[in-house]
Amino acid sequence: MSLTETPAPSRPRWTTASGVRALFRERPIVPLFGLLAILVVLSEVIRPGIVSANWAGVMVRAAVPLAILAACQTMTMLTAGIDLSVGAVASMSGFLVATLVADTGLPLAILIALVASAIVGLINGVGSGVFRVHPLIMTLAMSLVVLGLANVWQLIRVQTGSGVPSGFRTLGANVVFGFIPMSLVLFIPLALLVMFLLNRTGFGRLLYAIGDNPVASRLSGTKSWQVLIVLYVISAVLAGLAGFLYSGLTNVASVTLADSALLPSVAAAVIGGTSILGGRGGYSGTMVGALILAVISSILSSLGYPEAVRQILFGAMIVFVAAAYTRITSD
Amino acid sequence: MSTTVDSAVENTAASRGIFAKFIRRNGWTLGLLGILAVLLVVTKVIQPSYGPAGIQGLAISILPLAFAAVAQTCAVLARGVDLSIGSMMALTSVVAAVLMDERSEGFAILAVFCVLLLGIVLGAVNGALVVFTRVPDIVVTLAMLFVWAGCALLVLGTPGGGSADWLSQVTRGPLLSDWVPKASVLLLVVIGVIWIPIRRSRLGLSLYAVGSDPIAAFRSGVSVTWTKVFSYMLAGLFAALGGLSLTATTGIGTPVPGPYTLLSVAAVVLGGVSLAGGRGGVFGPVVAVVILSLIRTDMTFLNVDTNLATVAQGLILVGVVMVGSFIQLRRER
Repeated sequence: MSLTETPAPSRPRWTTASGVRALFRERPIVPLFGLLAILVVLSEVIRPGIVSANWAGVMVRAAVPLAILAACQTMTMLTAGIDLSVGAVASMSGFLVATLVADTGLPLAILIALVASAIVGLINGVGSGVFRVHPLIMTLAMSLVVLGLANVWQLIRVQTGSGVPSGFRTLGANVVFGFIPMSLVLFIPLALLVMFLLNRTGFGRLLYAIGDNPVASRLSGTKSWQVLIVLYVISAVLAGLAGFLYSGLTNVASVTLADSALLPSVAAAVIGGTSILGGRGGYSGTMVGALILAVISSILSSLGYPEAVRQILFGAMIVFVAAAYTRITSD
Repeated sequence: MSTTVDSAVENTAASRGIFAKFIRRNGWTLGLLGILAVLLVVTKVIQPSYGPAGIQGLAISILPLAFAAVAQTCAVLARGVDLSIGSMMALTSVVAAVLMDERSEGFAILAVFCVLLLGIVLGAVNGALVVFTRVPDIVVTLAMLFVWAGCALLVLGTPGGGSADWLSQVTRGPLLSDWVPKASVLLLVVIGVIWIPIRRSRLGLSLYAVGSDPIAAFRSGVSVTWTKVFSYMLAGLFAALGGLSLTATTGIGTPVPGPYTLLSVAAVVLGGVSLAGGRGGVFGPVVAVVILSLIRTDMTFLNVDTNLATVAQGLILVGVVMVGSFIQLRRER
């Protein structure tokens, strides 16, 4: 909770080691930007001339859908939960729109996809909030359910075929003025909304409170089941929106499209300084975390290593960053 | 644990007490066995030709997932979770397939030991990283999932390799009676030989102690660090057994991890192991694996879309956990 209020120090606080630690603990965004800068320099060293406005646009475009999924993880992790159904929900919503758009038109298709996502979130919220099923289990089980139902739907619609609407392709893949991805049109309002929710509303404070100390928050009158239901519905709807961007970015409608983004979304939130144990973190760090992951995978692919080595380095970097972060910020 | 006390009191009441205690301790597993019996009857009813062949097929097909579930149990009991089990299975499976490919049968015995040792080493790396970086278990093993999967791809780019004949033979066919598949006997013997001595030793006790309350365990002189590392080493060993059984049953090694990690978490929860640690055993999850596969088989017999079987698995998982937490709440009241 100690995000903003700190007593004014008499001298610049980063002059001492503990001051640096405190700075890192309270403003994780500072070291994260440092890491990002190092990675950008590294990219330039490896492939001189690669860093340009154009390159930045491609990086941001790759990071945006991941950052939206990571928003789901950030918010659920603040309450000491996790949402493992985001991959399945995102794939489902993209797929639903692609298969429905020819019959119903785009607005109705989008509405149906978002309502379906919200229903998944509602079930997640009821399960973990009311029935006290561990969120890991609840969302894992729902991802199985969603994947199964999406496959059934695929068989039903196999005759009609599917196509990603051109609007999604523009939104997900286009880059205007050479370096501004169109997906920012969707992302900036969403990011502002998430940050507003977390930092400026009672709902956000309740998320931190539940994750920090569930007993204390219950004793002070929080009805955590209500908060959790709203939280998981928001999370699922965000995942549904990310699904639109994924299907637009790849121009593919598949029931397993966004599955591979599930674990990176958790990684982005963790790298961004949100504690998986709840109560600590925020969205600004997560966004930088998603950008860091995008740059890392770009570096790894520009090095020309085979997929195997890329995976190993990716995993190793997650451990390294998480370990360094824990070391620095631990008291 | 209090068997010495019980044996000292020699009367029928005590023996009834032991019996009641056994029921209470293993209530969840016994309930699962009841469900399994019902399911077998249901299977026989909807498919009258279901017999020894079906049971043998089932026993072989569950082998990798059963070992994965036991591996996950070892990690969860000490209040951890290992998301890298599927990747460790892929890695050990391809290493086994490469080592045994076109080699003598005798060399394969050595290869099996090497692979098991590799599993323990992989688990030790996981455990050491969890303990020394102080990053939550779920994050470390999530990252190691990528690392081990990448290593598997390095060892073998495409499915290939081979398996020794004797290794494939120990999983196939019946033992003594047509109704007793070799694979099931193998599963139970291997798990029993590894788990029961550990469970009865000091290490097993510390495993449960760390799982139920790390601070209390620390204050009673248990090394939380080593117990954690040990639990991951055990998970690695069982994952290696799962990888070996993958190679043995398919005859090749596949570098792409199967869906074993998430299904193992499901089986652990269904098997009555508390995700908060310190409660449960390894046999419940194994029975849960059999139940999950049998439900899938039944749905194929009923000509239900296999995708709906996936839905059913998810719903069963949620349903059982909800009932479990309901019982827990009632008991606490």
